[in-house]
This record gives sequence, structure tokens and C-alpha cells, in this order.
Amino acid sequence: MKPLKIADKTFTSRLFIGTGKYPSPEILAESLDVSGTEVVTVALRRVSLTEPDPTIDAIDFDKYLVVPNTSGAKNAEEALRLARLARSASGLTWLKLEVTPDPVYLLPDPFETLQAAEILVKEGFTVLPYIHADPTLAKRLEDVGCAAVMPLGSPIGSARGIKTAEFISIIIEQANVPVVVDAGLGLPSHAAQAIEMGADAVLVNTAIAIAKDPVKMSRAFKGAVECAVEALEAGPIEEQQQASASSPLTGFLD
Amino acid sequence: MLIRINGREETVPDTTDTITALLEFLNIQARQTAVEVNGAVIEHNSFAATKLHNGDTIEIVSFVGGG
Repeated sequence: MKPLKIADKTFTSRLFIGTGKYPSPEILAESLDVSGTEVVTVALRRVSLTEPDPTIDAIDFDKYLVVPNTSGAKNAEEALRLARLARSASGLTWLKLEVTPDPVYLLPDPFETLQAAEILVKEGFTVLPYIHADPTLAKRLEDVGCAAVMPLGSPIGSARGIKTAEFISIIIEQANVPVVVDAGLGLPSHAAQAIEMGADAVLVNTAIAIAKDPVKMSRAFKGAVECAVEALEAGPIEEQQQASASSPLTGFLD
Repeated sequence: MLIRINGREETVPDTTDTITALLEFLNIQARQTAVEVNGAVIEHNSFAATKLHNGDTIEIVSFVGGG
């Protein structure tokens, strides 16, 4: 499979990893290592003056492309503020744009997301927006200069898999930028399904982070994504309505 | 000097009068940290030159695990 190109960077791995909710920095570091990932996401929060979060020290900023998200933003204005702070902190312009005003399903607000994306692209950010699987919105975001689109499979952390498959297929068919299926992937088979559908990459966090054995689950996701990539390269057969015998239809006994 | 840091009123010595001095006082690494003073993001190369004043509102943020 050709390397994945987003903006000016190329990646071999099709598995992006979110770094929230891991039981320890050590397990996070090992999970990232065995996943073979090249892209990880992080969030931006107030520094605790009493209990510093050691998680971030587990992430090797030289080894991985670290993409800050705007989680916590409920509108475009808050997302812009977080984005500018994230750029100042990381020195990088890559950004996972997420605007989720709804605390129950954490579904992204399309209007605020598009509005923020347009401004951030103009400010020189490489914007990867988290969106509902809406092909029209995906096109609009592509038109304003987003480097990729990240449609959801199902709500964040829900482990329900790709409930939006029909619409993700349309996004994949129409997109001129990479499509990264994000959110709701609970099992390696969900990740494989996304890649087999033609997604360029998947982003997984909760399914690995809170698994009983995150390192093992990380390895499983790596395997699933690689299997799906290999299957696509192998040339999958077409679906058909009727049976097609695998065994010869000659030489039967009388 | 009384300043508001991350939503809390804090008293810091009057000699802690720049962002660089404040981060040192709070034992916070400047690397991978972003600072806002009264709503404006201060770039890293201005940390040493940015003077703090009594009553300033300061946000100090950094990265945490996230998806």
C-alpha cells in the first residue's frame, strides 16, 4: 500500500492512537510502541499546580507526530483559543479540531467546526476535523483547506463500531483528502472494516486504553489494520447474490 | 503580588515578575507549556520579557493524554 500522505507528511502506519485513559504512563508508552503508530493525539488542559500529570512524559515527541486536539471546546471560539494555545505549546501546526457541545453523545457541531476550520486553515494550521459521517460537511471542510477529515463510526468511547458505514463509504468515494475513521471503534475487526472500506487510517483510543491488557489490545489493532491493508492489496473479490461453487462441478458419483 | 493562576488567586513574590520567573517559581517546565496573560497567548520567545502585574489573570496549560 502506498504510504499515507497528509499535508506534507507521509506515514507507513494506518493506525493513529489517542493517549487518554491509560492506566499508567508505562503502559501507554509500551502500547504506543507495539502499535507501530506514527501519529498520536493529546489534549490540552490547565497545568495542575499540585499534581502534575505524568502521562505526557510517556510520549516521545521526537518519535511520534503529536497532534493536539481541541477537546472540551463547545463552540468555534473555544476551539480557536485551544488551537492557538496548543500551537504555542507544541510548536506544531497540526490540530485535531473537535467541537462537541453535547455532553451525552459528544457529537460534533458541524457549523462551529466548519467556522473554526476555515479560520484555523487561514492561520496556517494543518486541520484534521472530527465530524459526523456527513459527506456534504466533509466536502465543505475539504474546500476550506482541511488536510484530512475524521468521520465518526459511533460516539466517542462507545465501542459500538462503524454504525455510519453507508455514509463513510460516500465520504471515502468523494474525498480528495485522506479519511481517518475516528471514534467508536471497539474491536480490531471494526478497524479492519474501516480500512477494508477504503479509509486511509483509523484513530483508536478507548478500546486500547481501558482494555484489560492495553498492550496486547494495541498489538491486536496493529495486526487487524495490517491484515486489512494486505487484503486490499490482494484484491478482494466482488460480492454476488448467488452461490459460486468452490469445488469442481464435474466427476460426481452416479 | 496577587495574581490569578488557572482560576485560583495566588500570592507570588514581587520578584516573580515575568512568565519565565513565574514558571520557575511554580516548578513548571516551559517546554510543551502555553501561557495566556489576560486572554492573550504569549509566545515562548517572549516569556522572559513579559512582565506580570498585580491582578493579572494567567492560564498555564500543557498536554495531557487525550483522544
